[in-house]
Amino acid sequence: MENPYKPYPVIIDDIIVETDDKNLRTFHLKFLNSEDERKFNYMPGQFAEISVAGQGEVPIGIASSPTEKGFLKFTINKVGKVTTYLHNMKPGEIIGVRGPLGNSYPWDKLEGSNVVIIGGGFAFTTLRSSIVYMLHPENRPKYGDITVVYGARNPGLLLYKEELFAWERRDDLTLHITVDATDDPEWKYNVGFVPAITKEKAPSSENAYAIVCGPPIMIKFTLPVLSDLGFPPDRIITSLEMRMKCGIGMCGRCNIGTEYVCKDGPVFTFEQLSKLPNEY
Amino acid sequence: MKGLLISRNDLNSWIKSLAEKYKTFAPVRTESYDQFSMITSPEEINWAYRNTRLSPKALFHPHSEKMFQFSLDPRDPSKNILKEAPKDFSPRVIVGIRPCDAYALKLVDLNFDTSQYKDPWWTKRREITTLIGLACTSPGLTCFCKAVGTGPFDTRGVDILLVPLEDAFLLEIITEKGQILVEKYNPGGQEPPPEVLNNVEKLKSQAESAISSFGNLELLSENSVSDFFDAPLWNEVQFGCINCGTCTFLCPTCWCFDIQDEVYRDKGCRLRLWDSCMFPLFTLHGSGHNPRAQKVQRVRQRFMHKLKYFVDKYRQGVACVGCGRCVEFCPVNIDIRDIIRRMISLSECAV
Ligand SMILES: Cc1cc2nc3c(=O)[nH]c(=O)nc-3n(C[C@H](O)[C@H](O)[C@H](O)COP(=O)(O)OP(=O)(O)OC[C@H]3O[C@@H](n4cnc5c(N)ncnc54)[C@H](O)[C@@H]3O)c2cc1C
Ligand code: SF4
Ligand code: SF4
Ligand code: FES
Repeated sequence: MENPYKPYPVIIDDIIVETDDKNLRTFHLKFLNSEDERKFNYMPGQFAEISVAGQGEVPIGIASSPTEKGFLKFTINKVGKVTTYLHNMKPGEIIGVRGPLGNSYPWDKLEGSNVVIIGGGFAFTTLRSSIVYMLHPENRPKYGDITVVYGARNPGLLLYKEELFAWERRDDLTLHITVDATDDPEWKYNVGFVPAITKEKAPSSENAYAIVCGPPIMIKFTLPVLSDLGFPPDRIITSLEMRMKCGIGMCGRCNIGTEYVCKDGPVFTFEQLSKLPNEY
Repeated sequence: MKGLLISRNDLNSWIKSLAEKYKTFAPVRTESYDQFSMITSPEEINWAYRNTRLSPKALFHPHSEKMFQFSLDPRDPSKNILKEAPKDFSPRVIVGIRPCDAYALKLVDLNFDTSQYKDPWWTKRREITTLIGLACTSPGLTCFCKAVGTGPFDTRGVDILLVPLEDAFLLEIITEKGQILVEKYNPGGQEPPPEVLNNVEKLKSQAESAISSFGNLELLSENSVSDFFDAPLWNEVQFGCINCGTCTFLCPTCWCFDIQDEVYRDKGCRLRLWDSCMFPLFTLHGSGHNPRAQKVQRVRQRFMHKLKYFVDKYRQGVACVGCGRCVEFCPVNIDIRDIIRRMISLSECAV
């Protein structure tokens, strides 16, 4: 068995500034060794530890989809020690990736169902992965209707803008882009908070699952909306965040009750969460 | 069980021969306490010790351990690429480990040695180590091994168990690893006569009866997590705690760790260091959010982990072997025995 703490070396291929405030950057990473790339088999919803020698590691959701070959994509918010250092790095530099870690969204269960994706802020990363994955021609027939509600505080804070606007024009996916507020007179999408837009667009819960990722406040107000639409707790899926180090259930810090978010999660249904202590 | 009656002299010469071949660790008196140290001669062993102040977990999970090393030198083609730090994994023997501490290693195996991931350093050190336990004939005032399902003569964690008799030892071979060691290096000794075996049984029941039971530990599994989590008990328990971390530091079944990088000039290493759920930084997010910001949450985490989460997750009993270290050394006398009793009585009321 391989050493699960040892990162695969990768080269930073490209860095894209995602948001107007420049606090979010997307890193395209390429494996130095092709056999490492083969071993790195992931599904949307999983994360990886990004390792910077001398700085440390940070757990980051995988924003690329397994259907996109040749690179991995991570969108990183500038927060503290490691993420700030990463923001100052340049293409061509070597870092490490350790993973894939954690569970994914329940792809076996989602097959044959309608999928409603609700995202807020920069928690859209693994949701992007999921959308790209489902839209792949080989996968698209496996899913029913795909509805996406994605919101940010203002247009400048939306991630993956070009992709979003392209998806908006597709007919095999319904996308509702929204912002909390904007003074842009040209803005042709929704204005309003994610829970309100979800209520207004009222995606059907018939044979559907909802995946909800975003800031705690958004989740708090979206849950009752979904419940009114008829989504039971075991069909509302989310991804949690806890401070992490090992990412493999060993260092002991990311537990909620009996569950290690890094290994048993980060993806849980609200049914599962209702049985755990409210300590996250 | 295969037993040998072996004189003190024979045991000493056996340990001497082992120490020539293996790195050998044993309880050694230092200043005012005992601790596991590497020995070259059996004379260094304090056979009369009760238990070491620090648990022997550090022999498997060092307080600070180099995981990887790397170069940051721009001229080095392997700059920024982590390489495994070289380590000495030559075979070793631990002599005189108490049955409680040895069983603690088995409990920690459940964390480090899983079907999905194996901690390479923990599992390797477990593999290369043969444990020669020392049965405990006079448990201390803070010991409660028997009450949490281990015991002063518990053989489940050791490869060989030594039972101290007047001027001799009964050497019991427990595992294949123990058998191999005895075959390789003959300790001498003879088949124990029935009166010796009777005497050993007597010593065992005497030692066990020195420890009183808390009642039925099974009750911990019967209540739900939230029954315990929301109990008013934690508010009372946490009151005196100063979050010093002594309890987790000394505990043989506490394994939590941190990972940190250190750099000196153009070289660096990734380290793993013991950490503690008693510290607020343990769970602090970069955003400032902290799910266990309050002391009561951290104190509850420590006890709930040992006495409920671990029990539910692995179904192998509690993550406490009753060594009594935390009871003895907590500066404000927080006593896990008291907490177990209160959790059990909570369950009794509920059933
Ligand atoms: C499953 C998961 C997925 C995530 N996905 C993303 C993502 O796609 N994009 C993104 O920008 N951020 C994501 N985060 C949050 C990100 O991990 C933290 O913002 C980051 O660790 C902060 O590190 P730092 O060194 O800059 O901050 P510091 O405050 O200096 O943190 C020091 C160390 O503590 C740990 N740590 C601190 N905060 C967190 C936290 N919130 N979660 C986990 N570990 C933490 C890390 O090991 C970090 O290096 C995710 C977190 C988790 C748990
Ligand atoms: S030793 Fe006592 S005071 Fe210190 S952290 Fe543990 S319970 Fe709290
Ligand atoms: S919790 Fe206390 S008594 Fe139990 S094993 Fe740990 S240190 Fe020993
Ligand atoms: S991050 Fe170490 S146990 Fe989850």
